[in-house]
Amino acid sequence: MIRPHRTHPLWFAFILHRLSGAALALFLPVHFYMLSMAITDPKALDGFLQFTDLLIVKCAEFGLVFLLAVHIFGGLRLMALEFLPWNPRQKTLAATSVALAFFISTSFFLQAV
Amino acid sequence: MDQPEQLLDVSIWREQNGEGHFERFQVPRRENQTILDIVAWVQHHADPTLSYRFACRVGMCGSCAMMVNGAPRWTCRTHVQKVVKDNRLEIAPLRNLPVIKDLAVDMDPFFDKWVAADAVFQPSKTRHDPMARIAPDDAMRITASEGIECINCAVCYAACDVVASNPEYLGPAALNRAWTLVNDCRDSGQDKRLHAVAQNGGCHNCHAQQGCAQYCPNELNPTASISGLKRATAKSFFGRSE
Amino acid sequence: MLNLRLYMAQRLTALIMVPLVLGHLGVMIYAVQGGLSVAEILARTQGSLAWFLFYGTFVAAVAVHAAIGLRVIVFEVLGVKGMVLDLFAWAVFVILLGLGARAVWSVTFAGSFL
Repeated sequence: MIRPHRTHPLWFAFILHRLSGAALALFLPVHFYMLSMAITDPKALDGFLQFTDLLIVKCAEFGLVFLLAVHIFGGLRLMALEFLPWNPRQKTLAATSVALAFFISTSFFLQAV
Repeated sequence: MDQPEQLLDVSIWREQNGEGHFERFQVPRRENQTILDIVAWVQHHADPTLSYRFACRVGMCGSCAMMVNGAPRWTCRTHVQKVVKDNRLEIAPLRNLPVIKDLAVDMDPFFDKWVAADAVFQPSKTRHDPMARIAPDDAMRITASEGIECINCAVCYAACDVVASNPEYLGPAALNRAWTLVNDCRDSGQDKRLHAVAQNGGCHNCHAQQGCAQYCPNELNPTASISGLKRATAKSFFGRSE
Repeated sequence: MLNLRLYMAQRLTALIMVPLVLGHLGVMIYAVQGGLSVAEILARTQGSLAWFLFYGTFVAAVAVHAAIGLRVIVFEVLGVKGMVLDLFAWAVFVILLGLGARAVWSVTFAGSFL
C-alpha cells in the first residue's frame, strides 16, 4: 500500500531512482568479485558464464541493464533539474527516462538471446 | 423529510498529552459541503471538546490545513464530494509537526526553520535613501515573484517525505522563501543566506519528489526554488559568488 | 543529510560516469552477442591501457557515488547518524574501491606478470 500523498508520478520517479541505485550498489561487489575470477579461477568463471546463457539469467540481466539505464537517465533528468534553468515538463522527462531505459535493455536482451 | 439523511462515516484524529487515536463520527451529508464544514459540525453537535484551527474559511489564510484521506489540504477548500471514498473520510492533523491537541499542530518548528534558513529580509538601505527602482520585467524580480505568494500554511512541509525522514531538513517553504530573497536585489544578506541553506539540513537534501508542488494550494513550486538554491550554492563552491 | 561537499562529490562523480556508463552499456550490448567467455573478455582487455583507464576511472567514481548514495538512504530510512553513518559510508567506499580495483587489474594487467 502506497501512502496517499505519494501517489503522483514524480514520487514514483524518485523511488525508482533510489531503488535502482541501491540494487546496483548491492550488485556491484558480486560483479567485481566474478570479474576477478578471470585471474584467480578462470575455469570456474567460464562455467559461470556458460550458466548465464540460460534464458532466465538473460531475463535477470535484462533487469540489471534496465536498472542501470533508468538510474542514469533519471539521474540526467535530476542534474538538468538542478543545474539548468527550470523545465516545467518534469513528468514528461521522467516518462522519457523510463522509455529510453526500456529501449536500451530490450536492445540488450535481443542481442543476448 | 421524505428522504433519509445520508450520513458520512468520518474518522477524526484525537490526541491529548501525546496519546492519540481515531474517533468515528456519523456526520450528515449536505450539498456543497467542505471538510471544514464536517469538522465544525462535529464540534458543534457531536463533541465540543474537538480542537481545530481555522480563520478566514475562504482559502486565503492557510490556517485550516489538515491531512484529508492521507493528503495535506486546506479543509475550507476541499469539497467532500471530491475526496470522499466509499462514504468514508479520514481527517488528521498536518504531518511532520508536533500535535498540540486533536487537529491543531505546533507550528513553531516550521517557523524556527524559516529563521534558520535565513529566509528573512536583510535591508541594505535606510528610510533616508531613495526607493529602490526595480523594473517589473527584471528577470530576477520575475523569479522572486514566482515564489512570494507563500502564506506559510505548511501543506508543503506536511507533504514532504524528506522532512519526514530528516529532522534537520529546513523544508520546502523556508527554502522557497530563501530563494525569493536570493533574487531580491535590495537584500544585503546573500552570503550568509547561501551559507545557511548549504548546511546539513539545507537545500541539498531535496530529492525533487515534488510533493510540495503537487499539493501547494497557491500553485507554487518549492522544488524549482530549491533547484535555484542548489545552482547558487554550487557556484559559490567553485569560488564564484553571485 | 548532505552538505555541500558531499553533494558536489556525488554530482561530479555522476557527471564523470555519464560517458562511462553509456560506453559500458554499448560494450555490453555488443559483447553479449554469441555468449560470453573468459577468453573472449581477456582477448580484448588484457594488456590494454585504454580499458584500464576506462574501467579504473569508472570504479573510482562509482565507489564515491555509491557510498554517498547509500549513506543518504541509510540515514533517511534507518535513521543512522553521526560516527556510525560516517563509518558505514567509508566502508562502502573501501569495499567497492578494493573489489573494483582488483577486478580491473585482473582483466587488464594481472596476467602479464605470469
